[in-house]
Amino acid sequence: MIPLLRHIFRTGILTEPVPVAEDGPQREIDRLHDEILHILGRALTIREVDAGSCNGCELEIHALNNPYYNLEGRGIKFVASPRHADMLLVTGPVTKNMENALRIAYDCTPDPKLVVAVGDCGCSGGVFGESYASCGAVENVVGVDLRIPGCPPTPLALMQGILAAVRRRR
Amino acid sequence: MFLCDDSSIEFTPQAGIGAPVWRGHVPSGEELKTFAAAVHLAGGRLAAIWGSDERQRGGGPSAGLRAGFRLHCVFGLESGHAWVSLDLPADEPVYPDLSGIFPAANRMQRATRDMVGIATSGGDQRPWLRHGAWPADWYPLRHDAVHEAGMGVGFQNFPSNYDFVQVGGEGAHEIPVGPIHAGIIEPGHFRFSVVGERVLRLEQRLGYQHKGVEKLLIGADIGRGARLVGRVSGDSTCAYAWAYATAVEAACRTEVPPRALLLRTLMLERERVANHLGDLGALGNDAAFAFGLTQFMRLKEDWLRLNQQLFGHRFMMDRIVPGGVATDIEAPALSAIVEQCAAIGATVKQLRTLYDEHPGLQDRFATTGAIDAALARELSLTGMAARATGILLDGRAHRQGYTPPPPYAALGVRPVTDERGDVAARVAVRFGEIFESLRLLREIAVGMASGETCAEVTPVAGAGGLGVIEAWRGEVLVGVQFDADGRLARVHPHDPSWQIWPALEHAVMKDIVPDFPLINKSFNLSYSGVDL
Repeated sequence: MIPLLRHIFRTGILTEPVPVAEDGPQREIDRLHDEILHILGRALTIREVDAGSCNGCELEIHALNNPYYNLEGRGIKFVASPRHADMLLVTGPVTKNMENALRIAYDCTPDPKLVVAVGDCGCSGGVFGESYASCGAVENVVGVDLRIPGCPPTPLALMQGILAAVRRRR
Repeated sequence: MFLCDDSSIEFTPQAGIGAPVWRGHVPSGEELKTFAAAVHLAGGRLAAIWGSDERQRGGGPSAGLRAGFRLHCVFGLESGHAWVSLDLPADEPVYPDLSGIFPAANRMQRATRDMVGIATSGGDQRPWLRHGAWPADWYPLRHDAVHEAGMGVGFQNFPSNYDFVQVGGEGAHEIPVGPIHAGIIEPGHFRFSVVGERVLRLEQRLGYQHKGVEKLLIGADIGRGARLVGRVSGDSTCAYAWAYATAVEAACRTEVPPRALLLRTLMLERERVANHLGDLGALGNDAAFAFGLTQFMRLKEDWLRLNQQLFGHRFMMDRIVPGGVATDIEAPALSAIVEQCAAIGATVKQLRTLYDEHPGLQDRFATTGAIDAALARELSLTGMAARATGILLDGRAHRQGYTPPPPYAALGVRPVTDERGDVAARVAVRFGEIFESLRLLREIAVGMASGETCAEVTPVAGAGGLGVIEAWRGEVLVGVQFDADGRLARVHPHDPSWQIWPALEHAVMKDIVPDFPLINKSFNLSYSGVDL
């Protein structure tokens, strides 16, 4: 136990302002956190739905919860059920095999809900486009409030996008 | 050749400097089966199966056969890979079921039937990739599979039920999970048959990520092919890009500059470390050790930020291209890599001690989700999952009769194995492989060659090639065939998860439902990579 606590102590709190080289993005992270929560005045819950991605976007969505971005520590939480969610964060392209599941998840999300399409594929179908197997963009299947392009979008771009979607609803 | 010298198959070695591949042709389905049995007897494994429509290209090399379809089987042997093809008539494209010899053939055969319409004469006939989004008699990878602008947009989507194997008996019941899972993870369906908390049986149904990659690759040029193959599984983008590049370079007889090879190795090993770091954190988390997740995710973020700084992309997508690499790095970048390896290595060493000495964590890891080497061989496993049962199989390392492709041959990779076969073993192998990759990265950075970073690639009409890369999960293969106009006629990317998914079905059988997330994570398989 003591070595473990020592390691935690040595690591310190990384979410605080960090060395000069990281100063730019870190300030931006703090500002975004504050603004999101100021607008919401409470927690935001997100249900992530992978509707056909290559899993690149998921890697960056995972990164949102690392100590640098610390999204959950600021009250923005990923939840297990769409029934508990304010926002659907959907990666694509939406495959035909996931079309039905995405519709069900959308219907299960209580109103008022926000839908954010993530990644070039979620925004437009990306390199995969529309085909016998792919519906392409998320908006071809469910209504979308905001798009976050990128292949994959960086964690910072994801945070900015989540904020923009929340701001639009205010 | 290296196996069955009495066989009628003539093998020719593939050109180029990639992992050793021999290409041969069998005249009949029966002889394919005989060859497969011989491979099995020699301790070999099934590496991949796919099909292609050759009706436009004219007949195959077998005399007297009408132009039809071609079945491709790749087998892994001690000394390298045997790529065997079998021509099938257009009117009755049927071949013998190989799943009796190699159980791993099951899903690959069903996918081949769904995609190209060539089927086995017996065995499991349930659809695999086709869930009802397109008609059963329409095969996406046939050249005449044209429907509304060629891509088949506009079919009615009728999601079908799947014929899961039912488990009966008193108290037995089913837990259906997915396709949308509870975490931030790819979709797939797991059907558990349980009594109380004990898992009697798990059956997977995948295919939800099927987005028609192989169809898009037909007729694409080399550059678009690279972008598509680099997005088959985002966490393995470097491995796929390299395997594809190797296949194209073998077909086009391209000579890759030594500096490009070393830069590719830098990227592949950085990809391996990034994924292992993330997995070690997630494995701690799944055993309620959130400390582990936080610590490893911080290291991973540092790692990805340096990727961004050096290669212009956090996952190095589109940086490995046929001919070489699309990016170069300067001398200061190499010292940044050496410095980071030292810093991260020291921290991971401390974390390993904390993991090893944490009784709660070890209690969850040890004996959980165990498979043994005999099962791993039976299922044709490769990669980390195989090495965690004690099998010494790593495409980057020397073994008897096998010399790894450059630059690995000169680097002297020391493969990491662990004989326990459980979650603890897969954790231990990841730790070991991080240290080994850090050592390789330092060695490459110090001994970086100078010179060009990319050679020109001229497509060769009708040529083909197979690229094999030892990715962080296991063996990634990409088969490439050019058409008469020098465009891609057929590309098949193959993920090691094809073989490892069935091993997960076995690994959970002795355990309880709440251990499933931990066991699943310990394999961390790709959905997109097998759904294509």
